[in-house]
Amino acid sequence: MTQVQVRDAVLAIIADIAMDQDVTGLNDELALREQLDLDSMDFLDIVMELKKRHKIDVPQEDYTKLATLKSCVDYLTPKFKQ
Amino acid sequence: MPQFDVVIIGAGMSGLAAGIRAKMLGHENVAIVERHTIAGGLNSYYQRGKRQFDVGLHALTNFARLGEKNRPLLKICKQLRIPYDRLQLKEQRFSSIQFPFGEINFTNNKQDLITSVERLFPDEIRGLHGLIEYLSQFNETDLERPFISTRQELTHFFNNQNLIEMLLWPLLIYGSACEDDMDFGQFAIMFKAIYQEGFARPLGGVRTIIDLLLERFKMLGGEIFFKKEVKALHHDNQSCIQSLEFKDGETWQATMIFSSVGQNETWQLTKKNNALAPIGRMSFTEAIFVFDSLTAAQSPTIAFYSGHASAQYHRPEMLFDKESAVICFPNNYTDCEYKETVVRITHPANYDLWKNLSPQAYRKEKENVKEAGLALLSKNYGVDATRLLFHDVFTPLTVERYTGHQAGAVYGSPHKIKNGATPFSNLFLIGTDQGFLGVVGALLSGISMANLYLFKPTSHQMQVPNEL
Repeated sequence: MTQVQVRDAVLAIIADIAMDQDVTGLNDELALREQLDLDSMDFLDIVMELKKRHKIDVPQEDYTKLATLKSCVDYLTPKFKQ
Repeated sequence: MPQFDVVIIGAGMSGLAAGIRAKMLGHENVAIVERHTIAGGLNSYYQRGKRQFDVGLHALTNFARLGEKNRPLLKICKQLRIPYDRLQLKEQRFSSIQFPFGEINFTNNKQDLITSVERLFPDEIRGLHGLIEYLSQFNETDLERPFISTRQELTHFFNNQNLIEMLLWPLLIYGSACEDDMDFGQFAIMFKAIYQEGFARPLGGVRTIIDLLLERFKMLGGEIFFKKEVKALHHDNQSCIQSLEFKDGETWQATMIFSSVGQNETWQLTKKNNALAPIGRMSFTEAIFVFDSLTAAQSPTIAFYSGHASAQYHRPEMLFDKESAVICFPNNYTDCEYKETVVRITHPANYDLWKNLSPQAYRKEKENVKEAGLALLSKNYGVDATRLLFHDVFTPLTVERYTGHQAGAVYGSPHKIKNGATPFSNLFLIGTDQGFLGVVGALLSGISMANLYLFKPTSHQMQVPNEL
């Protein structure tokens, strides 16, 4: 998967979790938490969906890598390739 | 023998929420067992003729508008993937705290409470701002904090005891399992939920929420069994529950079990004694009235009435305390058109006294609850009792029979198990005795306990920070 495709995959998950919120026009460099009403339980759901949809494991010590869209893409792209 | 990954005892708000989360967290066979024929538990509904009545729920607390941040109600919608709009929330008009020395009104605009307090207690306004500031920094969902007396704590902010009584009264009667006081953490949760976020009601009442939850649970592939009452939880003196035995004779096995039936009530199913959990002493009578016209259009949505000079939140020495009441007008919300006026009046009541009545005296005393309610409505709102179309009265015995809570203790045991843990490694408490109350609290209870114990994509136990 390309970085753009990984970004789309992550965004699709976030859009499903934050179903009542507008996820278009997010700034990739800013923390998702700053831009959307997401809390730790929602990040847990992002981790869960990555596992369910893409068989990707995110160990607890790496949760901070999901902070921004850019850090998600940087961290997850190699994992999507495996 | 049927085998399940997760079995949830009770299809109330916490059970349904836990069931939905269990499915979302990837568990295959998830079952909810319910001894009644309909779901809802403490917050359910019943039908009489063409009319449908809510029981339990007077109002949904924690009102939030779409787009607001960090709101428990929106967190719940998000966690359960229920679109906010489907709740069809109607906002309260206003609510009122009424004591002999005056009234404080509040709405879903948190400034209105401050304005109203200032009018009655101008010298206390700095204290109120101080309290609000303190609460905004307070982590009320810390599951480890010991009990802190709210009465004690409030004396740091206010000099006038009357204001303390008034602020406490709605919060005590809407959710304290202890008499005359409450844990400050619980106070903080409820202060925000009621005075700062406010009340709303789903169009169609509590059934709207129940149906949404049922639909979601079934859509995810969960199974629900009605008229299925647990008789015993067998453990053979092991550290985990081996099987569930039902009154219909079936026996099931389950990897994980969540019980919403209460702490003592769950212990009883395991045939163990639990000295830690005293039975709650607070129970209530409730009278429901329907009048044939809009006789109280100017009334608040909810009135927290006290004819006493202080909040008398304890088991009364008589059958019920007619001078302490919540008067709820469940169709008096904005944008709601009705031809009839419905009123629900709740009084603190003494379970033991009701329990000891002869059947004859019981019927007569129920009539007294009705008459006391009508008298209060006539006095406070000029409601004409001759326009009454329908009424019904619940007592602590009714509450006990339908909710299964011992002694009709709606809010459960004063001793809460905030992390849901039991002596059994695969049995967890959710709902009232886990410690989050009300519809929103119960939903959060089910969600947070399921997240805490059922999250499994990684090998280590996920610690859910208690932000909710």
